[in-house]
Amino acid sequence: MSAPVIDPVRPTAPDTPAGRGTKAQRTTPARFDTALGWNDKPSLAWALRILLCLIALAVFAAPFLTIFSGAFTPNPSGSSLSFLPHDSTLLNFEVAGERGIWDYLGNSLVIAGGGLLLQLVVCTLAAYALARHRFRGQALIMMLFMMTLMLPEEVIAIPLSLVLGDVPVVHLDLKGTVWGVILPLGAWGFSVMMLTEFMRDIPDEIEEAARLDGVGELRMLWQVVLPLCKPALGVAGVLGFIMIWDQYLLPLIAAKDPTDYTVTVALSILRTDPEVGSGVVLAGAVIALIPSLIVYLLLQRSLVSGIAAGATKG
Amino acid sequence: MTATVNTPAARGGRVFGVLGKKAVVPWLFLAPGLLLALVFKFWPMAKGIWLSFFDVRPFLGDQWIGLDNYTRVLTDHRFQDAIGHTLVLGIGQSLGAILLGFVLALLLEGQARSLKIIRTAVFLPAVTATAVVGELWRLMYYPTSDGLLNSGLHLLGLGPVQFLDNPGIALYSTMAMGIWIWAPYNMVILLAGLAGVDRSLYEAAAMDGVSLWQRLRHVTLPAIRPALMIVLTLATIRGLRVFTEVYVLTGGGPAGSTDVWMTRAYTLGFSRNDIGGASAASVVLLCVTLLLTVTVNYLRKRGETR
Repeated sequence: MSAPVIDPVRPTAPDTPAGRGTKAQRTTPARFDTALGWNDKPSLAWALRILLCLIALAVFAAPFLTIFSGAFTPNPSGSSLSFLPHDSTLLNFEVAGERGIWDYLGNSLVIAGGGLLLQLVVCTLAAYALARHRFRGQALIMMLFMMTLMLPEEVIAIPLSLVLGDVPVVHLDLKGTVWGVILPLGAWGFSVMMLTEFMRDIPDEIEEAARLDGVGELRMLWQVVLPLCKPALGVAGVLGFIMIWDQYLLPLIAAKDPTDYTVTVALSILRTDPEVGSGVVLAGAVIALIPSLIVYLLLQRSLVSGIAAGATKG
Repeated sequence: MTATVNTPAARGGRVFGVLGKKAVVPWLFLAPGLLLALVFKFWPMAKGIWLSFFDVRPFLGDQWIGLDNYTRVLTDHRFQDAIGHTLVLGIGQSLGAILLGFVLALLLEGQARSLKIIRTAVFLPAVTATAVVGELWRLMYYPTSDGLLNSGLHLLGLGPVQFLDNPGIALYSTMAMGIWIWAPYNMVILLAGLAGVDRSLYEAAAMDGVSLWQRLRHVTLPAIRPALMIVLTLATIRGLRVFTEVYVLTGGGPAGSTDVWMTRAYTLGFSRNDIGGASAASVVLLCVTLLLTVTVNYLRKRGETR
């Protein structure tokens, strides 16, 4: 099968995206390795492939260099934008700092950290119940979590903003607090489903052995199931972080005034400020880009295999 | 080990035990997730459906007006334009990103370390926050002849293009950005599909002496059909609710030429304070999304069992 079947007993197994390196691949000649039959011998096709790879890099990766070069260039505009800064300066970052970019970054980091923690806890608990227990209404609950994926913030934005201003029953006003952004991100159907799939693969024998030792539910989850789920938790963590960092509409509607914005939303404030040049906007973009870049580069391996696994399983 | 001997009995015991005295345990674990989903997803959904039948008047009390909001939204020519833009953007962006993603997957399939590094770099747009991507593309679309893309066009002897300020072009400029964001994402899913293709089929095809094109057409494409269907499903749903890309790049302008369904609903709800109308627009979108998801899933299931 195409999905990387991650063996929960040996969490080190999934190392490449999409379960490459199956036996069939290793024993067949390289020419049948890929759909197009690429091979490594210098030839016309080989040169063409290198050329196409360079074009792909230029189209998808090189534009990021302009963000960095522009951020370090004094007053970049039009022609002075290039892939390398001319005479580098930190002036743009100073101006961006005066406009409160570090406060916005602070908002973002609190929301990303808190939101991710809440999301992982909530989704792990739900997945544990769905994967390791059998109860009435299980299929219905699974469907409810799947439906949360079909109710993205965009579709329910207007009523959600009313709910955030006056939470039913408890009548709290979450607007202007980080909770207004964090709480709606708690139950994420994707993580619930992925973790459930993963936890189902843990052999019953392990659980039963632990139960014979008198392990209770919480210890079972914390000391038996979670250690076996590390790869899946890594994937849920990276994807969750990137999803939260990408939020735009939710921080926008949950804010009371612009000081509550996250750094990604604040970029539009920087841009509409007439006294601020595009260099400052790009400095803000760099600041908004770096955290997700770090997370991605540290954990890209599990991210890519996770997307593939999530997509092919879901 | 005793565990292996006891397995069937123990498993059976677990099921009945859970149904009996421990029936409450799973619900304790589910409670936080269900509570959050209820308050922040399903309650707003219900509230939105409810409000869509009212003329929402803060301080004056809401007034039941039946389907008036719906008829108003659906007959509003700006919403009608927005439907068209949503369809053009959604379909163009989805197909473009799938095609480009497939080409990228074919190009970058393989196990060499250098290929993995290129894949990591190419995937960058998919992990970058949409707002940041929007700023990046605003710069690339800089309208004077010394803008990044325009200076490239200048070399080819083409005049500066007003990518975002020309109502005839702005929607396609937005589409290009959408393709750029989602092609790498599709690439990863399609790569997973490609990795699952039975290599012996390639070998057999090579022995039969078929051309590369025939091999792609008759071996690869049928084999990655499930992955393609997934990519298509995800893209369709994404296309319908597209908001952030448009909002950060053009804000719906110029002259409403890039207004999509959600930016229109957002303007109605938050700038014009027409909560009832905006709710009706959201409910329409919700219904179409649900309908589409169910249909695609049905077709997918039927395709798999066939």
